[in-house]
Amino acid sequence: MSSLRTKGKEMRDIYLNEIILKGFYSDRMLVALLPALSLVTVIHAQLCQPGAKDAFKVRLSLKTALGDKAYTWNENEEYLFKAMVAFSIRTFSSREKIEISNVLLCNVTKRVSFWFVVTDPSENQTVPAGEVQGAIRMNRNRINNAFILNDQTLEFLEIPATLGPPTEPSTPIWVIIFSVVFCLVIVGIVLLIVSGIRQRRRKSKASTEMTDVEDKCETMVTIENGIPCDTLDSKEGRTNRAFAAGDEKLTPL
Amino acid sequence: MLIRKIKLQIKNISVTPSNQLARASANPFLVRSAGPQGLCRGHFPRKPCWSCPCRSWFWPLYHFSAGGGFLIPYIIMLVVEGMPLLYLELAVGQRMRQGSIGAWNTISPYLRGVGIASVVVSFFLSMYYNVINAWAFWYLFHSFQDPLPWSSCPLNSNLTSYDEECEKASSTQYFWYRKTLNISPSIEENGGIQWEQALCLILAWLVVYLCILRGTESTGKVVYVTASLPYCVLIIYLVRGLTLHGAINGLAYMFTPKIEQLANPQTWINAATQIFFSLGLGFGSLIAFASYNEPSNNCQKHAIIVSLINSSTSIFASIVTFSIYGFKATFNYENCINKVILLLTNTFDLEDGFLTPGNLEETKDYLASAYPTEYSKIFPDIKNCSLESELDTAVQGTGLSFIVYTEAIKNMEVSQLWSVLYFVMLLMLGIGSMLGNTAAILTPLTDSNTISSRLPKEAISGLVCLISCAIGLVFTMEAGNYWFDIFNDYAATLSLLLIVLVETIAICYVYGLKRFENDLQVMTGCKPNWYWKIIWAFVSPLLIIGLFIFYLTDYILKGTLQYQAWDATQGQLVTRDYPNYALAVIGLLVASSTMCIPLVALGTFIMNRWKKGKTVSV
Repeated sequence: MSSLRTKGKEMRDIYLNEIILKGFYSDRMLVALLPALSLVTVIHAQLCQPGAKDAFKVRLSLKTALGDKAYTWNENEEYLFKAMVAFSIRTFSSREKIEISNVLLCNVTKRVSFWFVVTDPSENQTVPAGEVQGAIRMNRNRINNAFILNDQTLEFLEIPATLGPPTEPSTPIWVIIFSVVFCLVIVGIVLLIVSGIRQRRRKSKASTEMTDVEDKCETMVTIENGIPCDTLDSKEGRTNRAFAAGDEKLTPL
Repeated sequence: MLIRKIKLQIKNISVTPSNQLARASANPFLVRSAGPQGLCRGHFPRKPCWSCPCRSWFWPLYHFSAGGGFLIPYIIMLVVEGMPLLYLELAVGQRMRQGSIGAWNTISPYLRGVGIASVVVSFFLSMYYNVINAWAFWYLFHSFQDPLPWSSCPLNSNLTSYDEECEKASSTQYFWYRKTLNISPSIEENGGIQWEQALCLILAWLVVYLCILRGTESTGKVVYVTASLPYCVLIIYLVRGLTLHGAINGLAYMFTPKIEQLANPQTWINAATQIFFSLGLGFGSLIAFASYNEPSNNCQKHAIIVSLINSSTSIFASIVTFSIYGFKATFNYENCINKVILLLTNTFDLEDGFLTPGNLEETKDYLASAYPTEYSKIFPDIKNCSLESELDTAVQGTGLSFIVYTEAIKNMEVSQLWSVLYFVMLLMLGIGSMLGNTAAILTPLTDSNTISSRLPKEAISGLVCLISCAIGLVFTMEAGNYWFDIFNDYAATLSLLLIVLVETIAICYVYGLKRFENDLQVMTGCKPNWYWKIIWAFVSPLLIIGLFIFYLTDYILKGTLQYQAWDATQGQLVTRDYPNYALAVIGLLVASSTMCIPLVALGTFIMNRWKKGKTVSV
């Protein structure tokens, strides 16, 4: 009975693939199937349907991911997919009896997208959705790599991928650079202030020396052009009255 | 020894301007005197390129709202307003041979307030301007990571998808609004001081202090670096920008004039204020600067050369800006199209790669007709992608430099290098402008005897930096960016217009246009021709009065002033009204600089009456 079932399944798969490759909605193909297998087909079709219980939709974008190197999606690729799902279930929950044939695919479109469901032969029902979800999430990386795709191009709808957080060093880099620049600037300021103070001390020392020398020859030339030299030392200098603008308040037009 | 000292003094009195200082900006209080200290201050570049590189660049990086076709208002405003007013200020400085306050005092003692208003405006400017440098430092320090932190969104708490706010906005907007500013939803919610921003602000002020510490001699040397380095970086960016995919779209957008925008007076106002800002009109720096020129200097030629250099630098910078903007817009447009293609492919299970941008439209029509129910379900999600609308998304103000450029940079190869280059250039420009502003505040303080006799100039500079930094910490709060926008929009614009208006009227009608003309002929040997005279006497004042009227009517019509607030739940900017206290602050800002002019005039009038009364009674 089980061998008949497997053979029936295989035949159904083959026939379904033919249907999909030729186009949508080919009811006549289904009608042409052997009636002996129709019972088996119906049961499996009930298990694997768009929106069925514990079924998930998968979407692949091969051309977007791989461009010219995109492979065609055929039954061999589907076989690999079934194998990866079976592997995930086996490693996640310890259901050792899961075989590749327990993973059912249906409604393969040109997109490429399809629905899959996992059955458990020992319990004769589908593996619950939560388990399938957990299994896929755990092994998502390996499934992606098997198909040379990534999270965006191999999508399991309703199974969110765990995104890898970016690595952050223990001290943020900006703090390091900030501290370096800060220290350099502080050092520069301190150097300039210190050298400024030193310069001023030197100047005041030099000017006291000069005034000592001046005291000795004070009676010498202190007047030049009628202007006493001391006044020229004042900070603002002397304004030359000839050039002053005068007290004009308002100038007539 | 004494004779040598005297000879030195006489030599100093007649020293030529070529030995003198590159004062980056105003010294309104400086009276040109015969004292040695007043003259020997360092070295001075003959070509007057002092503040123009720094200010003339910010405007294309900044004010983008005019969008394409800004060239026409800009060039017209330059020829009609910029050049004549620049000539006027240079001529005034050269003729009066005094700083800003002294020069206006000479023309009429009632007009001393004009110089004081310039100092007040410079003070406000320096308070808020350094925050931009703080942000530039922040981005610069974050540019040394791989990948750049603004290139991808952070994950949400259960690691299944990206952070919600980041998904709704973009990763660069998220980095700016959340990571950098940590902005609050409105100006009322103040929040606390962000310590990271506060640290960057303190660092920025320390750098400024380092440059102005020794006074204006050290400033002159720094200005050489801060003025020349951005040119190098800009050339590198020009080559990179023009080779980017989609740069042509940006350039085409820049050069096509838009009639409806030319009809909008706001465009002309923006162009006028940008000309004033980038040429440095109304700050008093030009007058002080020109006062060091020789009397026979041909200031007309100077004015034309300076404004041409300034505007060509601006146009050069905007070519770079628009080519990068075109790249960003094209990238976003192509992303948008790809998203629509993906949506249609997934909904209708079409073959992957079947839909291309070429056949998208016809396929959409076919699908709409063939499967109307499913199409109508997804119809709200199908966005109409348009390159024009991407180019039109005008981002104003500081957001432009930080959001648009970072978005473009993250898509380039070797993005860390471009990011570092860009923010170093931004820092150079910002620090150069800050040096000018602080020099405008410091020179009156260091020249006045009461303060400088008690404190050394390092202490005065330190005090000014400390006070400005303390006030600037307000801008590092969560609502700080809203206060920044207030200062940015209102601190300088109206006051500058008023100052320039009063200057033109003072020269033409108070001092006398004929007298001014004769002075210029005596000084330089050539009379200003009819073009300049007409513009000084009629066109400029009328234009500025027109701008004022527009501002007022705009305010009265709108009823209240509004601002753009970031809404984290929506991931975009929303418009809100200013609360009353914010309006009061705006009023105070505008009033404190503009009221200087009438108040000082009134004060002088009262003093004169009192003096007359005294002399009469005596």
